[in-house]
Amino acid sequence: MPHVLLIEDDASVRDGMELVLRRHGYDVDAAATGEEALALLDGERGERIELAVLDLMLPGMDGFEVCRRIRTRTTTLPVIMLTARGDDQDIVNGLEAGADDYVVKPVTAPVLEARIRAALRRAEPSAPVPEAADQGGLHIDRAGLTVTKNGAPVALPPTELRLLLELSASPGRVFSREQLLASVWEHTFLGDSRLVDAAVGRLRAKLEDVPAKPRYVQTVRGFGYRFGPL
Amino acid sequence: MPVHDHSTPLHTEPAPAPSSKRRLHFIGGLRTRLVVAFVLVALVSAVTATALAYRESRTAVLQRAQDSFQKDFLARIETVVPNVDMPPDTQSLASLATRVSEGLSGAPLVVARYQDLKATSDSLADDSRISPQLRSAVSTLDRTSFQRVEHAGEPYLVVGTPVTYENGQTSGLEVYGVASLRPEQEATTGVLDAVRGGIVPVVLLAALLALLAARTVLRPVRELGRATRRLAEGDLDSRVAVRGGDELADLARDFNHTADELRASVGGLRDQEARARRFVADVSHELRTPLAAMTMVATVLDEDADRLPPDAAHAARTVSAETARLSRLVDDLMEMSRFDSGAAALNAGEIDLGETVRASLALRGWTEAVRLELPEGVRTVADRRRVDVIVANLVGNALRHGAPPVTVAVGAEWDWVTVTVTDSGPGLPPEVLAHVFERFYKADASRTRTRGDGGSGLGTAIALENARLHGGTVEAANRTDGVTGAVFTLRLPHRHHKEELTP
Repeated sequence: MPHVLLIEDDASVRDGMELVLRRHGYDVDAAATGEEALALLDGERGERIELAVLDLMLPGMDGFEVCRRIRTRTTTLPVIMLTARGDDQDIVNGLEAGADDYVVKPVTAPVLEARIRAALRRAEPSAPVPEAADQGGLHIDRAGLTVTKNGAPVALPPTELRLLLELSASPGRVFSREQLLASVWEHTFLGDSRLVDAAVGRLRAKLEDVPAKPRYVQTVRGFGYRFGPL
Repeated sequence: MPVHDHSTPLHTEPAPAPSSKRRLHFIGGLRTRLVVAFVLVALVSAVTATALAYRESRTAVLQRAQDSFQKDFLARIETVVPNVDMPPDTQSLASLATRVSEGLSGAPLVVARYQDLKATSDSLADDSRISPQLRSAVSTLDRTSFQRVEHAGEPYLVVGTPVTYENGQTSGLEVYGVASLRPEQEATTGVLDAVRGGIVPVVLLAALLALLAARTVLRPVRELGRATRRLAEGDLDSRVAVRGGDELADLARDFNHTADELRASVGGLRDQEARARRFVADVSHELRTPLAAMTMVATVLDEDADRLPPDAAHAARTVSAETARLSRLVDDLMEMSRFDSGAAALNAGEIDLGETVRASLALRGWTEAVRLELPEGVRTVADRRRVDVIVANLVGNALRHGAPPVTVAVGAEWDWVTVTVTDSGPGLPPEVLAHVFERFYKADASRTRTRGDGGSGLGTAIALENARLHGGTVEAANRTDGVTGAVFTLRLPHRHHKEELTP
């Protein structure tokens, strides 16, 4: 039973989401403020939380700060932010703060659930893809879901890890942003390509020697991204 | 969505007419007119004064010359005639003429006549200057007469007198004197020359004065003109300096006053508009939180409706459906208010237009309902989400208000890519065509909305705003291929690289 942390200040919205998620088989911990949410994460049940749904508009500590603090505690917890539609700067800031995905309020239950499922799938061990590959100093263990660079482990959140797995599975092949959105985020075609760009940016920051001159995740102008060639 | 959100063509705004359409009007300009008027006045007065003075002085000079010549001539005749034998012969006539001539200053030509005899003081001279009229005047009227004649370009005074005896009886002897008026003419011409020489500086002076006058008048006029143009271009702070207390100063004050009023009323309107926009944005925003809760739990109603009593089930489904509609309406309102406040931004990338249209239709389950003409490889740089919104609105509209078959075609021209949505419905009456892109416009007020109609009334307006954000347009028209129906055409700039986009 997936365990979701819900951070939303409006009581009705929070109760509604809790109701829907419980009905569909999720365990829900709800928090009205960022402080409360961080306390829950640090508490005894914190270990069991598998995903956070985070409203960006919170009283006190705002959603971006909560997201950053979650990332300092754990790199592996998927974070889906709730944003007001079209507040583009919020989306960009949220992605920079380390969110994996976003949904726009008001959101219907099926859409929210689909996003939660997709995010959780990214965090699961992937289907049995065999061997661990060693590419240009980068060791990707596809079964164990660990990445080491020159022997040192690199901690990657699930979205970035999936993105790396997707790209490195076919070194040299160019993936469009839409393809990556569909395969990694499971978005419909209308997905926001900034999700991809933001995740690539974060991935490079952790992986590349010089993030501005990436070796592993390269940009192909006008088309998308590819892994290598190394 | 309103009944038939169909519309007038709305191209991208044409560039405003060049504001500085200032022709160089040197001819007919105020300055030219002033100068011409001053010079004309100066010339007319100079010429009139000269003409009057000339006439007066000429008359005076000639009169004096005439009087003195006549007096001398008659006196001379008085002196000479007693020595002439009567009746005279040719010789005595000649001696008479010569002696009269000799006694007069300038030795004028003197002609003496007696019946058919004639003698002149200078036999070489031409006596045709003595006109028959003068002669007949002298002989018939029997008194001293004179005439001014022009001969070979020279003015002459001709005086003729009959010689009478002391008792007053005529002798038949006539004496004529011809004196040149040249010195007199030269004297009066001198006056003219002096005037002519004086006119040039006078005219120049007049022109100079005119220029100075024009400057003092024209400078404020020009300033006023510049300020007016700035005002017309939208600079509501455009003002002119008020100098002095003349009519131009009044005009400047009036201009400033008008500009003040204009600024105040435009400012008031802008404030009102901004408040109205903010209000719409705030309302939409405030609606969103309760809607978020309702939208979230609406699924529960849907899921459990089957287990409810029929009335409750119906109510539950209605609440769920209308919540979704309200949610779309609020979304559209938010979107519209972002366009109004200029907060809408493009998130553009290279897209395949055919693929985008296909996906857009597939997402809404419309693929079966629509005939597609989607060529491969029509690519441009655009915001995928916004293109989807446009396509969804136009196709949704055609499906709701037009009649099948509905055709969606993608095309590419040199600098445009197009998506054309054609239906086979009744088409758009002209009065509807003019309003299709207005917000909440309803073509047929009596038409009731069916449930799940799905439109917010903002669809075409949002489609148009989205197109404009790309530098494109949406046009509405009726079919021209002999079938009734409406045609909506989305036109986006054909861009090949992201760099070409200037949002």
